[in-house]
Amino acid sequence: MLTPQESRPPGGLRNGLRIAIAEDSVLLREGLTRLLAEAGHVVVAAEADAEAFLRAVASCTPDVCVVDVRMPPTFTDEGLRAALVIRDRWPEVGVLVLSQWVEEQYATELISGRPHGVGYLLKDRVADVAEFLDALRRVADGGSALDPEVVAQLLARSRHPLSVLTRREREVLALMAEGRSNSAIAETLVVSGGAVGKHINSIFSKLGLAAGEHDHRRVLAVLRYLNGVTS
Amino acid sequence: MYLVRDLVSPRTWLAFIHHFIGVALGAAVLWIVVPGMLAGAMGMPIAMIGMPIIGATLRLTDWFARTERARFAVTLGERIPAWPAGSRSGYRMRLLPRLAKLSERATWREVLYALSRGPLSAAAAFVCLGVWAVALVLVTLPLYNWSLPGGGAHLDGRTLHESKAVLVSLAGLLVLLAAPQVTRGLAAADAAFARRLLGPPGGLAARVAELELSRERVVDAAEAERKRIERDLHDGAQQRLVALAMELGRAKAKFADDVDAARDLVDQAHAQAKAALTELRDLVRGVHPPVLTDRGLDAALSGLAARSPVPVDVHVDMQVRPKPAVEAVAYFVVAEALTNVAKHSRASQAKVVVEGHGFPGALTVVISDDGVGGADARGPGLAGLADRVSGVDGQLTVESPRGGPTIIAAELPC
Repeated sequence: MLTPQESRPPGGLRNGLRIAIAEDSVLLREGLTRLLAEAGHVVVAAEADAEAFLRAVASCTPDVCVVDVRMPPTFTDEGLRAALVIRDRWPEVGVLVLSQWVEEQYATELISGRPHGVGYLLKDRVADVAEFLDALRRVADGGSALDPEVVAQLLARSRHPLSVLTRREREVLALMAEGRSNSAIAETLVVSGGAVGKHINSIFSKLGLAAGEHDHRRVLAVLRYLNGVTS
Repeated sequence: MYLVRDLVSPRTWLAFIHHFIGVALGAAVLWIVVPGMLAGAMGMPIAMIGMPIIGATLRLTDWFARTERARFAVTLGERIPAWPAGSRSGYRMRLLPRLAKLSERATWREVLYALSRGPLSAAAAFVCLGVWAVALVLVTLPLYNWSLPGGGAHLDGRTLHESKAVLVSLAGLLVLLAAPQVTRGLAAADAAFARRLLGPPGGLAARVAELELSRERVVDAAEAERKRIERDLHDGAQQRLVALAMELGRAKAKFADDVDAARDLVDQAHAQAKAALTELRDLVRGVHPPVLTDRGLDAALSGLAARSPVPVDVHVDMQVRPKPAVEAVAYFVVAEALTNVAKHSRASQAKVVVEGHGFPGALTVVISDDGVGGADARGPGLAGLADRVSGVDGQLTVESPRGGPTIIAAELPC
């Protein structure tokens, strides 16, 4: 086993991410490993249960982990708990949680006031390889990636009224909550970057939020607003 | 007219006989139960020797209670419900009553019944016999009078005249007409008494009937649900997977000569696969999502709210998590109600309110919308829902006048 210092690619050059996988289904584990390898990443560990996975993370400190929520032995939320342990003990390691289900409650627990280097996506999203790799890269770089379905749930259960927003502003808000950058939002909605900036300013002033400079500050503000996520 | 008919009706005479059989049985049982209980009580301090004696006596009162239920059915046509099977404790080694049996109210009611059978029947038989005797004597008094050589019977030292004798016999006739009613009335009172001491409490009997019905409905509802899932799987995900396999097969064939067409087919297959995943997830979302078990109702309702095409406002206020079965039913009610809102209501807004009232207490789930109303509470969908709710002893109320709004409320004990 290589020590982290030896195996980490030289700073700045981060083409290939070092990735640890926790997934109990052999089919998916192998599939993910192959997919990531084809994209030029290095899978440093692929484990089938949470305990072995945590040991692997401790020994080889990956850039980012991909974790399934339901794993043996109880098949409830082992993966989520392992993800929380990683976020607590190794804050610099990005965590991307994949699940057959996404739930606003799990997202809230996972982020718990710190939307840096964290992602929570439906497993289906892996099928759109480019987008999945993009989300993974975002998480590894300290950003966030929330599944649109989670965001829909957050919007549906918002503690505050969103009726003051226009339809376009709600779309921008949802994409922001997913953790997208201004340029990604502009690309998705097919508008200019300037227009997105205007929408964001309008949203923040309408909702009475203090706009942050960085993407993840904004994500935090939005999530706090939607679900009372406390820091 | 029925007063006359009752004079000869079998019911009257069966009731009459009933009282006399009661005297005979009651006396016999009294002679066994009283010494049995006394001997048992006295034998208790001596190394519990009294226990088997009490056991034997209780077995007798047990048997007597069963016999009496049969007797009431035969002579009076009165069905006294037996205790539900398995609700009473039995004996060890056929003779030693289990301790629980000694603290059961039903046991001592049967003993009390055995003790009071004789005296009560005796009193009833005495009254019956008396009424009939007085009636017959009074009615036949003129005949008696006429047959006497002395020209009249003597009552209290006075001679009974012809005219008075007719009056007396008229009074006798009235008593005679009343006699069957007295006989039957006493029998009815006797049956009520027996039902009170031998039958399970009225509420319990009704509850047993209700549970039998609701169990049947729950089994039916579960069966209907299984069929629906099978159909959804067959029409949805399975068809998608067939289409997916087909498109991949065609793509494979095209790769050799028409790479662009093959690429299109792969794109389509890709889309099919994703749609199949979504459908499967939605299917399970409508049945029992894992988050319901892991995090409870509040968390699970977020998924339903997000899935609904009609905007839904969800309010959950409960201090304690209810039992899993109640949670599952509450979830199912919301899922079905929101599906109906999306399909039929043409509503622009829906609201889900879940409130817990204490534990143990009740969980109320109310789903309302501002749609067109007219939901049929007896239609298969809502009736199935009511069945599921009845399975946890809850109650479903549907209010949906034409023109709306629709309010569906479930109250679930937990």
